[in-house]
Amino acid sequence: MATSVVKLLGAQSSPYVNRVQIALNLKSIDYEFINENLAAKSDLLLKSNPIYKKVPVLIHADKPICESLFIVEYIDEVWTNSPSILPSDPYDRATARFWAAYIDIKWFPLFGELRQVKGEEAKAAVVEKIVEGLVLLEEAFVKCSKGEVYFGGESIGYVDIILGSYLGWVKAGEIMASVKLLDETKTPGLVGWAERVLLNDAAKDVVPEPQVLIEVLNKFMMASAKASSN
Amino acid sequence: MALGSLLAWLRVLEEVFKSEMIDEVKTPNLFKWALRFCSDDAVKDVMPRHDRLLEFVVNLIGAWPSPFVNRVRLALKLKSIDYVFLQENFVVKSELLLKSNPIHKKIPVLIHHDKPICESLIIVQYIDEVWSNNGPTLLPSDPYDRAIACFWAAYIDDKLVKAIDVAVKSPDAKKKKAAMEEISPMLAVLEEAFVKCSKGKAFFGGDIIGYVDIAMGPLWGWLKVIESINKLTVLDEATIPNLLKWGERFYNDATVKDVIPQHEKLLDVIIKVFPPMLLHIPSN
Repeated sequence: MATSVVKLLGAQSSPYVNRVQIALNLKSIDYEFINENLAAKSDLLLKSNPIYKKVPVLIHADKPICESLFIVEYIDEVWTNSPSILPSDPYDRATARFWAAYIDIKWFPLFGELRQVKGEEAKAAVVEKIVEGLVLLEEAFVKCSKGEVYFGGESIGYVDIILGSYLGWVKAGEIMASVKLLDETKTPGLVGWAERVLLNDAAKDVVPEPQVLIEVLNKFMMASAKASSN
Repeated sequence: MALGSLLAWLRVLEEVFKSEMIDEVKTPNLFKWALRFCSDDAVKDVMPRHDRLLEFVVNLIGAWPSPFVNRVRLALKLKSIDYVFLQENFVVKSELLLKSNPIHKKIPVLIHHDKPICESLIIVQYIDEVWSNNGPTLLPSDPYDRAIACFWAAYIDDKLVKAIDVAVKSPDAKKKKAAMEEISPMLAVLEEAFVKCSKGKAFFGGDIIGYVDIAMGPLWGWLKVIESINKLTVLDEATIPNLLKWGERFYNDATVKDVIPQHEKLLDVIIKVFPPMLLHIPSN
């Protein structure tokens, strides 16, 4: 059991940071949260993640670990107390990693498109792609959960953490685009899961409310507009 | 007994290669004997059913030029796992591929115990975990080293692979040139990574080929291909001396040699099958 100090460089509005917080909470790990101003990154962040200069960075025993997916796996491997985050069966692990990659690389980037797209038709097309993705994730949820309440089964696991960390932004997206994405008729399992997962002890109070995220986004857009007009 | 004990595996071979060996017409007596043998009381509960044995056959859906497929082939070779290679047509995807990987419709797909596993790096990790007692471990055992290895493999996929893809496939000369210009600094980053990870040894994984070597190695031939197609150098001794030595060492390693195609063969495929990729960069 590690007794060294654990630090997390992050920003509360980042879903990637949220997922690390959830993993640390799940394992009951004490850690110091170092809040980063993403507009003026600290020397520690730039030194700890010179390649991407991004949050989150976990610093454990003075060694930095970058990239949220790998940080979550690292936490699971170092702190072997229960619950396990990844499944123990190799095929189930491969399946969990597959869905995490799909969510991060194919599905969530659609929200960026949704924000930038112009015109009702184009917006509807992106919304359709997001919902199609959710239908796939609904099927994955049914298969992975095996009748239990989380992707990970009885307790929250890897895919719950990865997808769950995006829920604040999903709700923010629904408000900003005036559209329903998580729909009971198409993805009933996920609707129930979404309500449940953020009430879990490990995830409670981690993912910000959508209005908070919308404010963060607006501030960021204004700052970017100002910077580009100067 | 000597021949009979092989019958289940003969059925497996027949199934895999879709051809009858003990044929009712050509070998009628052997056929009748086989039926009698398998129904004998002494044999029935001992002989495994061939469909159960089929589950143990490892299938890999792929195409020999693909660096992603070759990562998996290398991992299987390092672990001494026999498998059936199902070569995909370069242009039209098979029913099996579309059924096994309906989301991405891409190779490689490993099929083990009738279950498909997709995404090359995920497959390599799966192989390392399932066959943990076979041969070398592919990922480091220390969690921190493992996180570092995963970081570099992801960097290779997120940055280097994307740029190589444009440098090979784009029909736009400007985009190809821009991609080539992005690749040199990426290789410089990987040069530093190699020095740190290898700690003076031959490979990213140390004395033996490991996860990052597997992720990066199959791209080496493609780096030579893009130099040929674009008539620009990226494999520069001045900027990446250690990586260059690693590349040649990897490319010529005995385990690797019959798995990873030489770059001349890759260029041949481009010339014959995808000629629009051979765009001549206009000289400025």
